[in-house]
Amino acid sequence: MRCDVYINGMYVGVTDKPEELVAEIRRRRRYNMIPSEVNIAYFKEFNEIRINTDAGRARRPLIIVENGKPRLTEEMIRNLKEGKITWDYLLKHNVIEYLDAEEEENAYIALSPEEVTKEHTHLELNPMSILGISASITPYPEYNRGDRVNYGAKMVGQAIGAPVFNFLIRTDTKFNILAYPQLPLIYTKTDNVLKNHPYGQNIVVAVMPYEGYNMNDAVVINKASIERGLFRSFYFRTYETVRKRYWGGQEDIIGIPEPGIQGYRGEQAYIHLDEDGIVNPETDVGSDTVLIGKTSPLRFLSAGDFTADIENKRESSLCVKYGEKGIVDKVIITETPDGEMLFKVRVRDERNCEVGDKFATRHGQKGIAALIVPQEDMPFTKDGIVPDIVFNPHGIPSRMTVGQLLEIIAGKYGALVGKRIDASAFSGTKEEVIRNGLIELGFRDDGREVLYDGKTGKAYEATIFIGVNYYMKLDHMVADKIHVRSKGPVTLLTHQPTEGRSKRGGLRMGEMEQQCLVGHGAALTLRERFSSDDTTIPVCSNCGLIAIHDNINNKSYCPVCKDSKIVKIRTSYAFKLILDELKSSIVYPKLVVKEL
Amino acid sequence: MELPLKIVKEVEEYIKNNKIDKKRAEKIWERVREAYSNAVYDPEEPIGVVTAQSLSEPATQMTMRTYHFAGTAGIQVTLGLPRLIEIFDAKKEPETPSMTIYLKKDYQTKEKAMRIAEDIKEIKLKDLVISTTIDLINMTITCKLDMNKLRRYNIKPEELAKKIKLKNLEITTKEDRLIAVSTKEDVINLHKLKFRMLESHIKGVKGVTHVILSKNEKGEWVITTLGSNLKKVFDIEGVDATRTYTNNIFEVYEVLGIEAARNVIIREAMKTIEEQGLGVDVRYVSLLADLMTVTGKIRGIGRYGIAGNKDSVLARAAFEETKKHIINASVKGAKDPLKGPIENIILNQVIPLGTGAFKLVGRIGKKGK
Repeated sequence: MRCDVYINGMYVGVTDKPEELVAEIRRRRRYNMIPSEVNIAYFKEFNEIRINTDAGRARRPLIIVENGKPRLTEEMIRNLKEGKITWDYLLKHNVIEYLDAEEEENAYIALSPEEVTKEHTHLELNPMSILGISASITPYPEYNRGDRVNYGAKMVGQAIGAPVFNFLIRTDTKFNILAYPQLPLIYTKTDNVLKNHPYGQNIVVAVMPYEGYNMNDAVVINKASIERGLFRSFYFRTYETVRKRYWGGQEDIIGIPEPGIQGYRGEQAYIHLDEDGIVNPETDVGSDTVLIGKTSPLRFLSAGDFTADIENKRESSLCVKYGEKGIVDKVIITETPDGEMLFKVRVRDERNCEVGDKFATRHGQKGIAALIVPQEDMPFTKDGIVPDIVFNPHGIPSRMTVGQLLEIIAGKYGALVGKRIDASAFSGTKEEVIRNGLIELGFRDDGREVLYDGKTGKAYEATIFIGVNYYMKLDHMVADKIHVRSKGPVTLLTHQPTEGRSKRGGLRMGEMEQQCLVGHGAALTLRERFSSDDTTIPVCSNCGLIAIHDNINNKSYCPVCKDSKIVKIRTSYAFKLILDELKSSIVYPKLVVKEL
Repeated sequence: MELPLKIVKEVEEYIKNNKIDKKRAEKIWERVREAYSNAVYDPEEPIGVVTAQSLSEPATQMTMRTYHFAGTAGIQVTLGLPRLIEIFDAKKEPETPSMTIYLKKDYQTKEKAMRIAEDIKEIKLKDLVISTTIDLINMTITCKLDMNKLRRYNIKPEELAKKIKLKNLEITTKEDRLIAVSTKEDVINLHKLKFRMLESHIKGVKGVTHVILSKNEKGEWVITTLGSNLKKVFDIEGVDATRTYTNNIFEVYEVLGIEAARNVIIREAMKTIEEQGLGVDVRYVSLLADLMTVTGKIRGIGRYGIAGNKDSVLARAAFEETKKHIINASVKGAKDPLKGPIENIILNQVIPLGTGAFKLVGRIGKKGK
């Protein structure tokens, strides 16, 4: 049976002995006769051999097993610990190899050295490595339901942390950084790799309801904690503009625009600008504030009009986006590769934690800050510990995130003994160790304590589960989402309000909402709601077509019937539009008007 | 406000049965009238919209979860949203037509009921045949008959030969064999003839493929069928035609008339909704059924039914097939009087419903005040 062979997805030939070919290539790779980046996989069901040598494949290291024995020996581990040999030594000496996704299909991988049999081809370095980077960040994931670990891994990616430290010289369009990031107290082995890039803060969590303000996954936050900088973050945004050169020797002018040009914003709009038309650093700026004053030539010059005077200029300043504010952090003036002047203005915004921000633990437990409570009203323990966050216990039973409960007591223990605790998947610190440790320290082993009501000073009847949990601030902040509109911009074609926050848009009153008003018989409300594109149009009472209104003589007339009577009717602009469209499709929509 | 006859009769009966004196009776009447007037819709209230919302909300629920009666003995009938759509779209033939046949009092024994059930079940020639062979040289089709089945159904082979009426086919019998000779020398058609012959109706009611005999809650023998043919079933002796029921709306309309069809629509729709554990007031369903049957014919809801027959061009164009309606309107020179709510919403005018149903126009500057 002939077997097709593909290299990097390209057909190269056939072989009669696929198994032998695969074995030979693997042997040569292991003995460094061909590069170790080559991966080969034999697919019996398709009768195909796929060899991959290209870049961009995800590969992972595994210990090679030969004849039921892992190639990694106790001696090697000892030498590794003492620093006598390195990872490269293991790679070179055929102990460890990297497999890609396709070759993994051919491998039979044992999870632990004990279960290695003759059939096995590889052994995991650590059972934890079946998880990806973000999933392996969750502490005690084996105690959680699978989907929760998945959600947690998803949200780790949205956390505001400290991804880079050169942000002061970077000009990312959007960048968030946490003000006081902390390494997780309860860490996994992955966190050792990410040790320079923390993504949250260790905070004291009390698991109890707080006057209903933390119902439905909401969280209550201690005001004093926020004032001490809990979840404070900085938001950077870089604005860019180029001084362009146009056809005919015209170019943009950087400077305070002169009054009278097209689209002039008024003197007030330019007060933040320096003489040169550029803002100074550390200026407070808000929505629509001009950052760089710029005037451009008109887009279309009409024939015979080549005078480059004021009337032929248009305002094209760089402004702060609608809904954003901040302080000008840095102004950079450079050049583009084409030699045009490039201006970059970075605006910084300090964002304290506020009601509406989103938070999450690494166990897929997300919530919105619903109330910020003064410290004196928060519950406290006999030692005077006040929680930073009050988390609702109703979030636990249905989601079964037992790993989070373990993290909380482990965090409590770690904080008390001043030690970071390993909670890696399948090999984390044992529950008994934590429980016994808490008992030794004079605490209950279940992590519960008597808490006192901050408002009355009375002890709660129930003991409250309290401990330390690693919380993340997620990249969904109200400041980016809050939006209101009363009147505002409309679209050119339909005269209806624009859509979307960035365009100051309205919220659509849709077909079903319309039917609701009809159902209530609220005829006048309905008319009012849908009058956003109300217009008055002159209609000829004779031919029933839209007439012309002459603004200079303040007279309306019908160009078809001349001396006919003109009636003004009030309808939606959308209706006027459909009349126009019908006319352009050679359908004559005659409006029959009569006086009421 | 005048009370409906049904309520009047009920109250009268109650007063009579409980021997209530005149004074108290008058009070009861007053209270009944008050309760009734509270329940009545206000003039110009858009009940159509309320009906649509009351029906479509549970319908959206149904798309998410439809209960199935898995594993129960009986006939698999369409239920849930597909059935509801079937009813309101007025499909000519339901996906699973089914009859519930009640029997007259004299036939309430197992043997008699069984006889009727057997009479109802349709038997085709293919049900009685073990094997068929075609002889192309002699142009004959030979069917080997299942004599056991023939005996059970009490059919003689000679009778069988008479029952099959097909053109160009002469049928004779020979012991347990049925021999059909084609009079036309056409080899290709012989094959088709074979299938036509096997499909030919021998006995029972046409269209009824399955029959289940069971006892209902009252201990009465009831026949449930898959496949429906009311007219033929009514003719069978022992069948109680006053109670026998089918879920095929169009069949009821043809056999019993539009009023009966209206009732079937209500009954079927309510049954499907209630089966899913949802609650909708009958009045909504009956309003819809009224709308579907007012014209004397059954109209579905939708493009080719009620929605496609609206008076207003704009309302129709706003719904579906915009171009078609506008072109037709322009060819005919149609007029839109702007009387409905949809047109008026398009024009951004007050809709003639609810609070907008009434107008107050003041004449200013006219003679005589």
